[in-house]
Amino acid sequence: MLGRFTLTTAILLALTSTGARADAIRIGVNEPLTGPFAASGTYVVNGAKIAADEINAKGGVLGKKLELVIEDNKSNPTEAAAVAEKLITSDKTPVMMGAWGSSLTLAVMPKLVDYETPMLVETSSSGKITTSGNPYVFRISPPSSLEAETFAPMVSRLGLKKVDFLVLNNDFGRGAATDFGKMLKDKGVTVGLVETMDQGAQDMGAQLAKLKASDADTIMITSSVDQLVLLFKQMAALGLKKRVITTGGSQNPDQIIAQAGAAADGTMHLTTFLPWSPDKTPDPKATEAFIAAWKKRGFDYAGVTESFRGYDGIRAIAHAIEKAGSADPAAITKAFWSVDLVGLNGPIRFTKAGPAGKESGQSKPDVYLIEIKDGTVIVPTL
Amino acid sequence: MNELIQHLVNALILGGTYALLGIGLTLIFGIMNVVNFTHGALYTVGAYVMYLAVAALGLNFFLALPVAILGGLLLGAAIELVLLRPFRGSDIDTTMLVMIGAGIILQSGTLWTFGGVAKAIPSPFPEAPLQIGLVSVSWLRLFVLGAALTLIALTYALINRTKLGLAMRAAFQDSDTAALMGVDVRRIYTATFALGSSLAAAAGALLGPVYVVFPQMGGLAELKAFAIVILGGLGNVTGAAIGGFILALAEEFGAGYVSSGYRDAMGFLIIIAVLLYRPTGLFAKAERIG
Repeated sequence: MLGRFTLTTAILLALTSTGARADAIRIGVNEPLTGPFAASGTYVVNGAKIAADEINAKGGVLGKKLELVIEDNKSNPTEAAAVAEKLITSDKTPVMMGAWGSSLTLAVMPKLVDYETPMLVETSSSGKITTSGNPYVFRISPPSSLEAETFAPMVSRLGLKKVDFLVLNNDFGRGAATDFGKMLKDKGVTVGLVETMDQGAQDMGAQLAKLKASDADTIMITSSVDQLVLLFKQMAALGLKKRVITTGGSQNPDQIIAQAGAAADGTMHLTTFLPWSPDKTPDPKATEAFIAAWKKRGFDYAGVTESFRGYDGIRAIAHAIEKAGSADPAAITKAFWSVDLVGLNGPIRFTKAGPAGKESGQSKPDVYLIEIKDGTVIVPTL
Repeated sequence: MNELIQHLVNALILGGTYALLGIGLTLIFGIMNVVNFTHGALYTVGAYVMYLAVAALGLNFFLALPVAILGGLLLGAAIELVLLRPFRGSDIDTTMLVMIGAGIILQSGTLWTFGGVAKAIPSPFPEAPLQIGLVSVSWLRLFVLGAALTLIALTYALINRTKLGLAMRAAFQDSDTAALMGVDVRRIYTATFALGSSLAAAAGALLGPVYVVFPQMGGLAELKAFAIVILGGLGNVTGAAIGGFILALAEEFGAGYVSSGYRDAMGFLIIIAVLLYRPTGLFAKAERIG
């Protein structure tokens, strides 16, 4: 009995000690690698790997190598929370990046409080993430209110009169409809239908038939790239020709061009990165270096617009660990407030957001409007 | 008015593939008394075979379709021979567990082979839709409807007009008596499972180019197939065909006039209603197939 017990303990000890490399600092990465958001999540992870390799090539952080512990949250909020728990308790990661979608991130957030572990949010745009009083959240992507604010001056120049919405039926989509709807109403634009769709929905014919019959001049769409491709194809099939503007920054215009073809012509997209014209980005050299690294690894070029989030996210986390002077969750949480770095889409500096005393960190990245014209991406002059 | 007609056209086109899915599943249940949890995975496999043939091998779109159907047929026959034949005679729960396991293996297999990122299948049809008044239909979807209806008609003819079909119907009514009359019931089971699987693969191959192809696409399709089978009555081929169109109508009009966010819930509301008021299905006929 005793012999068996010690044998089991020995095996367990051996397993745990080989699992964690003492000379590495682990960063948890919680992304959707399967399910409806698989394309986007994979791109973010690829960007994160480029950042980690780049930092490790320069000697790592605090003299130690960075090690990414990458887990798939299956585009499912329940899984995202379970992944966070696993990363914190079993992999002992002192800081994490995640979880792509707003509903995924919101599901993880209570775990951050439970285990007092910080997370950098690289993609999610629901306002709730930084306003619900979670002091362990640091976001580098723009909330939809900030996107709407940047878009506001373009509303009259585009000549929008009446806008319908077609959004994901989750925190990401509904949040965008609320924030953009409010901004448009303030600008005197009529807001018509607000149609929703499930994140895994493949056939949006019913919603599109309704939007086709409406008298609005513009449809604002909030979704991820795979569904946008389907939408543009189905819009062409229905003969639905209205101005389309998408929000959320997860459109990957190059993938849309490749997969939706002519159906995507004339669509406009609010993005947070401009790989098509590196000279217009805040740090042209870094942008070019990043795109070069991406191409060198043979990744799908279309993913660049999504992957920079992972790249900037890991760089910001490394910066925070450096400032903290140790890989301790509490020290890293504190150090996030002093992060100051030029990201690929603007400065990464966290300002306080949400209820006093338990503020979340929010950085203010750039937002751009691009248009797909004859199969290429252009930046329209407005 | 135009919106109403557009919704009707959308539902008609969707209904064709739903009917295909439902018929495949109901055949297998009716004749073999097996709840086929690999149905969704076979739908996925059909779509991936189509993708491989068209996008990777550059095969003609119209040639790739029979290849995908044949793929489903062979895989179905293999599943029956390897997994179901040894369990013949054991109770329905045992085969159900085996089928759930096989479904998981197939789904993980596609994920492992093709990755989680969705793939698009190029189609040879023009992007511009067919315009009738203010109603538009894409050429690809019209083709999908035509192909689905053709396959349904062929399945009907097979069951009602051929010797194999006669044997299948005999095995459905009483497999022991059928065996005594000289029907090789074991072969009938393999043929039935292969046929049902090929219909699922056909539905996947037809809808793959309309939507995108990804490893989890079969999950929702399988749920819908079960819904259609329950609607039409277990083992009832005509019921499944009509059930497919009813589900499509319910989804389309539910999304169009009630709430678009809960499109996929509409079908299940009907099922709950059917189970409450007509538990044997809308078109239940006692002990008959065809």
